[in-house]
Amino acid sequence: MYAFDVEKPRTIKEAVAALKREESQALGGGQTLIPTLKQRLAAPETLVSLSGIAEMAGICRNAAGDVCIGGATTHAAVAAGADAYPALAQLAGHIGDPAVRNRGTIGGSIANNDPSACYPAAALGSGAVIVTNARMIFADDYFQGMFATALDEGAIVTELRFPVPMAANYQKFVQPASRFALVGVFIAKYTDGVRVAVTGASQEGVFRWTEAEAALSAEFCPAALGALPVDPHEMITDIHGSAAYRAHLVKVMASRAVAEIT
Amino acid sequence: MPHISMTVNGKVASGDVDGRVLLVDYLRDDLGLTGTHVGCDTSQCGACVVHVNGTAVKSCTMFAFEADQAKIGTIEGQAEADGTLCAVQQAFREHHGLQCGFCTPGMVMSAVALLKETPKPNEADIRAYLEGNICRCTGYHNIVKSVLAASGQDVAARVVD
Repeated sequence: MYAFDVEKPRTIKEAVAALKREESQALGGGQTLIPTLKQRLAAPETLVSLSGIAEMAGICRNAAGDVCIGGATTHAAVAAGADAYPALAQLAGHIGDPAVRNRGTIGGSIANNDPSACYPAAALGSGAVIVTNARMIFADDYFQGMFATALDEGAIVTELRFPVPMAANYQKFVQPASRFALVGVFIAKYTDGVRVAVTGASQEGVFRWTEAEAALSAEFCPAALGALPVDPHEMITDIHGSAAYRAHLVKVMASRAVAEIT
Repeated sequence: MPHISMTVNGKVASGDVDGRVLLVDYLRDDLGLTGTHVGCDTSQCGACVVHVNGTAVKSCTMFAFEADQAKIGTIEGQAEADGTLCAVQQAFREHHGLQCGFCTPGMVMSAVALLKETPKPNEADIRAYLEGNICRCTGYHNIVKSVLAASGQDVAARVVD
């Protein structure tokens, strides 16, 4: 990899200042960035390591009952600690593998927005709020395409706030080598309706399957998905599966998630 | 050039390192601890697994500077000072849990971490925990037997593979 300087801020304020530098890049758990740097797909001049920022790690509930997770919290910590939101804890506990989960962070995953990552489905499926050092962004406005988000230049994901649903479930068809989601569907039932978020399928990244949301809000049962078509247009075709296959998997995973909740 | 200081298998190791140096390369090249292996360099195979502050980490996907002030455990630190193998190592030996041995340090380190968290794992627990450790030789069944044996459980109790 290309050479870089290292900054190890202790506070969010220090990190934001360091990221104002030209060609600086935030480093979370490194489980995506380090492989990227090894392949020379990125060449920042400065790496700003966020793992030493104590105020960015941890899980708590706010006054509204949302589960609030610091951006530097590892997947392992969420899996072990987010018992107020079981479907979220379960999703975190199946990202990658145990060693990856001990380093990878929710902030890093959300900032990166890999089209096959799991956390974007949870965030979009829960109507979560992405909190940065400067502002708060609703999930519906945050995910803007493959590896594209509403994050401002030099901004850090400091926290995610998840409203806790009445019930939720995440079903992931695991790509056996990478353990990413070939297709992953996160369904959450709130008092004001059902949200269905799909990852792994679309070239645009995570999206809400609005037809399914309408059908399930009207009647929450696997049969409600029965006649719904899934459009393979703009879905990913690669060596792991065709767009048509992914479209088929969306329905299968969604039905399983509904069955788990019912 | 960050200056780092860490304890590795109980001994302090410190020095200046280029920011790019991976933890696995620091352990192997700077400290001469070549038991930790680089298998895929893409964080899939797990041959590089070490313990950082008590938890399993893929050392090919962590920088040495990130381990500053950390307690590192490698495969070299698992046996007693007099050479007595730890329970997991002994079990791998008895139950033929290795052939070429390349994945074995990572398997042992992951298994040790598993047994710390879950002292009596069943086969499904073991296979799930070792998802990030790939073996080309054994087909995994003797590795599973070894971990069951190391945990003090009946090896015959495993589900037929």
